[in-house]
This record gives sequence, structure tokens and C-alpha cells, in this order.
Amino acid sequence: MGELKLMKGNEAIAEAAIREGVDAYFGYPITPQSEVIEYLMMEKPEERTGMVVLQAESELAAINMVYGAAAAGKKVFTSSSSPGISLYQEGISYIAGAELPCVIANVVRGGPGLGTIQPSQADYFQTVKGGGHGDYRLLTLAPASVQEMADFIELGFELAYKYKNPVMILSDGMIGQMMEKVELKEQKPRWTDQEINEMNGSWAAIGKPETRERNIITSLDLDSAKMEQHNHHLQAKYRKMESDEVRFETFNTDDAEYLIVAYGSSARIAQKSLALARAKGIKAGLFRPITLYPFPMKALAELAPLLKGILSVEMSAGQMIEDIKLAVECNVRVEHFGRYGGIIHSPEEVLEALEQKIIGG
Amino acid sequence: MDIKDIVKEENLVYKKTPLMTNNVLSYCPGCGHGTAHRIVMEVLEELGAQAETIGVAPVGCSVLAYEFMNIDMIQAAHGRAPAVATGIKRCYPDKYVFTYQGDGDLAAIGTAETIHACNRGENFTIIFINNGIYGMTGGQMAPTTLKGMKTSTSPYGRDLGSMGNPLKITELVAQLPGTYFVTRQAVHTPAAVRKTKKAVRKAFDLQKENKGLCFIEIVSNCNSGWKMSPVKANQWMVENMFPFYPMGDVKVDGQLVIKG
Repeated sequence: MGELKLMKGNEAIAEAAIREGVDAYFGYPITPQSEVIEYLMMEKPEERTGMVVLQAESELAAINMVYGAAAAGKKVFTSSSSPGISLYQEGISYIAGAELPCVIANVVRGGPGLGTIQPSQADYFQTVKGGGHGDYRLLTLAPASVQEMADFIELGFELAYKYKNPVMILSDGMIGQMMEKVELKEQKPRWTDQEINEMNGSWAAIGKPETRERNIITSLDLDSAKMEQHNHHLQAKYRKMESDEVRFETFNTDDAEYLIVAYGSSARIAQKSLALARAKGIKAGLFRPITLYPFPMKALAELAPLLKGILSVEMSAGQMIEDIKLAVECNVRVEHFGRYGGIIHSPEEVLEALEQKIIGG
Repeated sequence: MDIKDIVKEENLVYKKTPLMTNNVLSYCPGCGHGTAHRIVMEVLEELGAQAETIGVAPVGCSVLAYEFMNIDMIQAAHGRAPAVATGIKRCYPDKYVFTYQGDGDLAAIGTAETIHACNRGENFTIIFINNGIYGMTGGQMAPTTLKGMKTSTSPYGRDLGSMGNPLKITELVAQLPGTYFVTRQAVHTPAAVRKTKKAVRKAFDLQKENKGLCFIEIVSNCNSGWKMSPVKANQWMVENMFPFYPMGDVKVDGQLVIKG
């Protein structure tokens, strides 16, 4: 068993990044995730592993530092929260267009605008439907515990390099701020420059030796026919992610008549709602997407014929519900419930919504 | 007669550096970009630094710099090149890293990135081409457009009252403790080319010594955007741009140059 610690989600993700052997972190303070960079600065990762940590002058600069380091083949991580992630969108679009690997964490807070510093899940659309310009997709992992905040660093980098695509860890202020027991992995060594050259030398801009053509990192092609080809290539990659990378977990779905679909914090809350429902004799189940993109369309579609109704639970005005409806093709009733603007729904409120909107509805 | 009969060692007065590709330059005839590209690449060739250099291209006319510079390059979003270069250089402190940016990119949309990279004293080199106009998008007003200068978005001339003043970003970054060598040069005459090359060489040498950020402004022309012939554009540049953007070193060895 690895080292056990009691940590905040924000601290766990920072510690996991050091232990993953990440080369660089660039970020800008914003509540509720400033502990990530604070923890990193306090830990002196330059001394522990040689990891670079730099506080940028803005989120615009931070994401472009990420772009530069990733373009040079380095393992790079950043984190922010909703208004900051909005500023990241330009950079994320470039990173996706240029096909660079990196991991970005969004510790979501309520919006729109400056909104609130309290937890929210209202960045679903921004994350899985685009956010920045152009046809691109972000592999999106939604942790529901402090443990997963740490674990998704390793998984995130694995996927980022497998697909040469940015990976978003979409958590929220609750996961970021709450403390839980977390089992930490052993320290991995950082890649040596030689290893980076062997793994990424075919594409990364790390200096052109005479033995190869120059490597160019760009998302631009003024020849529209070539740009269409590039887009075909990206779309083929996204289809591969959709077939190979769907992750989800289910609770009590075998005999379920009613299904709650929820991710992240809402999935944790809904586990309690599920227990309350079962205690009342309601045959409810819980479906928790772990990857929000790719969304577990097929798994939900397979469950749909057995169900009398689905309640989508999200701390938003109803965003994920659109993907659920697409998945079940409106063959079963789907309703949304969620408190938002920084309010976290209680297990009882979720159960009440299930009873009123789905069972009694 | 074969070309080999003409190009003999003793006849060779000029040779294109292999650090420039054979791609046809996309710049307008008469534009200074091609010369500026060549100077930077010649310096890197002299340093034997091809395998150790990562360049950052901007958005603007030189967005396609990577088509012409035979080195590993990264194309940055508009104005963000100094942030991109920061990310690279922090991860590879021993490599040569430079940005190549125009005035709109560096002194308008990227002002924050420029100033903060300079202020942190990042150990990379900024090559800044100032032609007082947005060339790529078709001749709009730039932060460096002179007073009264006509562009497609200041068709009656730049009015300082409503459009603001031309920005001397080079003098501005020279004030910051993180910059070590700041100079303003041009590439319109052979003498100016030699001086600029010397400055570029100096900047890369200082980068190797980790002295801090070196900033080279090259005042250039935009004959298409200015709607002049190449010769007339250079003449206009000397008569109008140089008085406002005076040639010469602004900061040397970390000390401001006091002009008497």
C-alpha cells in the first residue's frame, strides 16, 4: 500500500503531479483551487524532482506556457477554476489543434461571470462541447473523491500521451476543498531529455538535429483542403476515444426501475440518496459517468429499456441531461435536478426530486 | 556552362545559410522580414545552434516564419509568444529560445506577456519587427502607428486624442530590471544589416550566459500596407519612423543608455 495521507483534493492533485514525474506546472491563483500552486510552491518540487513551477501573470500566459512546454515534449500540468478556465479556452483550442498532450484541472465554481467561489458543475458544456473555437474535443475525467483527484493525474497523462490530446480533470470546489484519506503512489522519475527525445522526438520541437526534418508545432494551415484533412484526422481520433476510452461505474442498476445519473460531487451525494431510496423500497440505481467526454452513450442506451425514468443530477441548470437524452434517444423520461450558483444539493433534495419528477411525474 | 563552373570557392561572396529553407518567402517584395529572418538564421548557423534552438512564431505576417526558418518551431497564438517561450525555456534552460514578433502581436494584444517575460528576466531573445501597421490583416492601425499616419482603421490619420499614442514598448521594457540588452536596429541598408546582425549575435551570446532577456527591435517597412514602392517606403521609414523610434542601443549590460 502506498503512503496514506489526509489531504484536500487540491493538495492531492498537486502531490500526485510531483509523484507522477511532471516536468512543469504553470498556473495563476484563483479560488477555489489556489491550494494547488500554493502546495507546489511550498513543496519545492525543483528540489524533489526538478519540476518547474511558475506563477504566470494571467491565465492567458499560464495556458500558453503549458502550450510551449508541451510542444517541447515535456509533461506539463496546470489547474484553474471556471473564470480562469474561460481564459484558457484560446490556448486549449490551440493545444487541441496542434495535438499536444497535457493535463488541465478545472476546480469548478458557480457562474456565470465572476459568479461565486462555491462549488458548481455548470462548466459541463464548456468542457465537453468545445469551449474554445473549432471542432475539437477534450478527454474529460470527472473525479468524485480526493483519491480520484490524485489517481486521475496518472490516468490523465496516460491518455494525453496516448492520443496527443489535452485531458481535462473536471472537478469542483467541493472535491477541491474537502479533505479525505488518499493513498499516494510512489515517486516516478521524471523523463530524461534522452527519453523525451526517444518518445517525442518525432514530433516535439526540441531542437532539430541534422538527422531529421524540422518539427513544427502549429494549428495553422492556410490551405483549406489540408486543414479539412487535418480535421478528418482529429475526428478519427475522437471516434477512437469514443470507442475505447469510455469509463463509468454503476450502483444497484441490476434491478433498477429508476436511474440517477450523476458525476463528481453529485455522484457522491446521489450515493446517499440511493441508500435513502432503497430504504423506502424504491428500486433506484445510480449511473456515474467517469469520462464526460467520451460520454457513456452506449451503456446508458443499454440500460434505458429496463427503466421507468432517469433523473440527471448536476449542480447546474441542466447541461449533462442533453447527453443523457441523446444516449437514450428519448425512449425513457429524463428530467434534471440540481441546485446551482454555488449551492450544493442535499441527498434528501435529490431523493425528493426523484420522487416528484420521475416516480410521481 | 554549368552552374558549378560559375560557383567556385574563389567566386563565392554570398551563400544562403542552410538554416533558411528553400521555400519561397511569402512576404511582399521589398519587405524587411526576409532579411531579418536571414540574419537570425545566419547567427544561429554561426553558433552551430540548429539542434539546440527552438523558435516561436507569432500571429501576423511572420506567422509562417516556420516555413522559412530551418529549425524546430512553435506557432503561438496572437501575442502569446513570450509566454510560450517562457514555458519552453524554463524546461530547457540550456537551449536557445527566441520569439519573432510583430508590433501588433508584441505591443498590443501581447503587451502583458511581453512585459512580464521581460520583467521576470526570462533567458530568451525577443526579435521585434516594428513596421507601424498590421500587415497580415490588411494594413490596420497598430500600437506603433505614428501620429497622423493613415491606415485602413485610421483612414484620416491617427488622431492621438481618440486613438491614443504610438507606444515605445522598447523604451518601456528597457526600464524593467529583467532586461539585459535592449536595442533598436533596422535592415534597410547593408550597414544597418551588419549592425543588426551584430546585435542579434550579442543577444544569443548573452542568452547562453543567462544574462536575462535580450530585446531587439527592428524598425522595418511595410510598403504594401503603407501603399508605397519599396524604395519610397524605406525613405519614408528613415524620414518618419526613425525620428520617433531612434536607432541604437537602449540598454547595455543591464544599464540604460543615457543619450546626450
